[in-house]
Amino acid sequence: MHESVSEVLVIGAGPAGLAAAAAAAADGADVLVVDENTRPGGQIWRAERDSGVQSEAGELVTLAMSHGARFFSGTAVFDAARGPTLFAVNGSGPLVLRTKRVILALGATERQLPFPGWTLPGVFGAGGLQALGKNGLDVSNRRIAVAGSGPLLLVVAAWLERRGAKVLGVFEQAPRADVMRFGRGLWRHPAKLLQAVQLSGSLVRVPRYHDAWPVRAEGRDQVERLVLSVGGHERTLDVDYVACAFGFAPVTGLAALLGCAIEDARVQVDAFQRTSVEGVLCAGESTGIAGADCARAEGVVAGHMAAGREDLACTACRWRDRERRFGAALERAFSLRDELCTLPTADTIVCRCEDVAWSELVPREDERDAKLQTRVGMGPCQGRVCGAALEFLKGWPRGRVRPPLIPVTMDVLAAAGAARHRGEESAS
Amino acid sequence: MADTVRIVVDGTATVVPTGTTVAAALGNAGRLAMRRSVTGEPRGPVCGMGICFECRVTIDGAPHTRSCMVSCVEGMEVVTEHA
Repeated sequence: MHESVSEVLVIGAGPAGLAAAAAAAADGADVLVVDENTRPGGQIWRAERDSGVQSEAGELVTLAMSHGARFFSGTAVFDAARGPTLFAVNGSGPLVLRTKRVILALGATERQLPFPGWTLPGVFGAGGLQALGKNGLDVSNRRIAVAGSGPLLLVVAAWLERRGAKVLGVFEQAPRADVMRFGRGLWRHPAKLLQAVQLSGSLVRVPRYHDAWPVRAEGRDQVERLVLSVGGHERTLDVDYVACAFGFAPVTGLAALLGCAIEDARVQVDAFQRTSVEGVLCAGESTGIAGADCARAEGVVAGHMAAGREDLACTACRWRDRERRFGAALERAFSLRDELCTLPTADTIVCRCEDVAWSELVPREDERDAKLQTRVGMGPCQGRVCGAALEFLKGWPRGRVRPPLIPVTMDVLAAAGAARHRGEESAS
Repeated sequence: MADTVRIVVDGTATVVPTGTTVAAALGNAGRLAMRRSVTGEPRGPVCGMGICFECRVTIDGAPHTRSCMVSCVEGMEVVTEHA
């Protein structure tokens, strides 16, 4: 089994991971970046199919590589042991990653909430449809409803319009007053105010609604219609696609496997991005949703700390703290309203992997009881989708994970087991 | 690098632009429903980023492969559960 040793191992190549890698490498550390995607950039800096690497991502990759950082793309981590030692798999097979310090830059996933018909093909996440589009899915002339919550809906709608889609509307669940108040507070963040103005400019032809959310999707083998509640009235749209997401949920699985403290669904870190586990740092959305700029600032702090330059880490702390305040305002403005808990009907599928319906989950006391009785969250996605939904619908905490984090073949598991055994022998 | 690559989907050849993921290629070919759920419902991609596993298909003989995470390459054989 291939082994790779590094001084600083960065998991994830989005804004946080790339900023961390560039900072640590510039400080002279031997850095390895491991990322599941074929190209660096993560989700928010995902490149278009026909371009190389997105420009902001490219700059940080170039900087990191100029200081000797190495990149393993298309490589997914599935297990971890003390050391820290991580186990990953890519197209060439399994590999062991041994390191002194690891920076977790795991990002976030979109929060999907179940409503009748949400499992029909053609109902995507909002960023999900954009990711598929950037990877070649044709959206031109498609009639698309964009629904859910958060500023990403506007970003996705503007991108879809640029690509020739017919965006029928942006349907935001938050009350208009809350969104307006958020907008008025943006003067504290001039760069974001500029972005918001530009976004509005590119969406002049798209109707925007507040107090609006999907009620059900209809269609035979694919979505054909979307029924929405708009200001208390039902509206039906003929659609080709639906792009729908209700904000984000921090990714915490690998942090949980490493034993890091997780509270309120986010990885707990100190002022220097250190987790509760020695040698493990965390940066970006895994520590709480605050956007790409905050992720980048946290990455800089984490990178310098991992390279042993506490003095340089402090230089990015004020930037990070300002971005965190933006994150807090975001959370207040776009908090999910209670009515969304009533979206699933008795036979609405909640766990898409195991086809567990809402009626089976309603009587369950907690996540464990539900798992034992219904297999909810036990399919290939390991609760990544329904876990974030049930966190909102039932108040069940996410984050309890078991290895492997993703399905892997038996030979990969066996090779990792053997490597772990050798590591423990040499340590004792 | 060539501008296009040829892949075979459920026995039928199709030409797609280089860099297209398998999920996108299937969607463009009208095969957004690429899988049946455990109770037989049609399913297709949702998250586009490797989280939800709804887009899994068999690629070059490897079952349960997330089609949104794999780029099409010349001669690739894709088998969906929709066939």
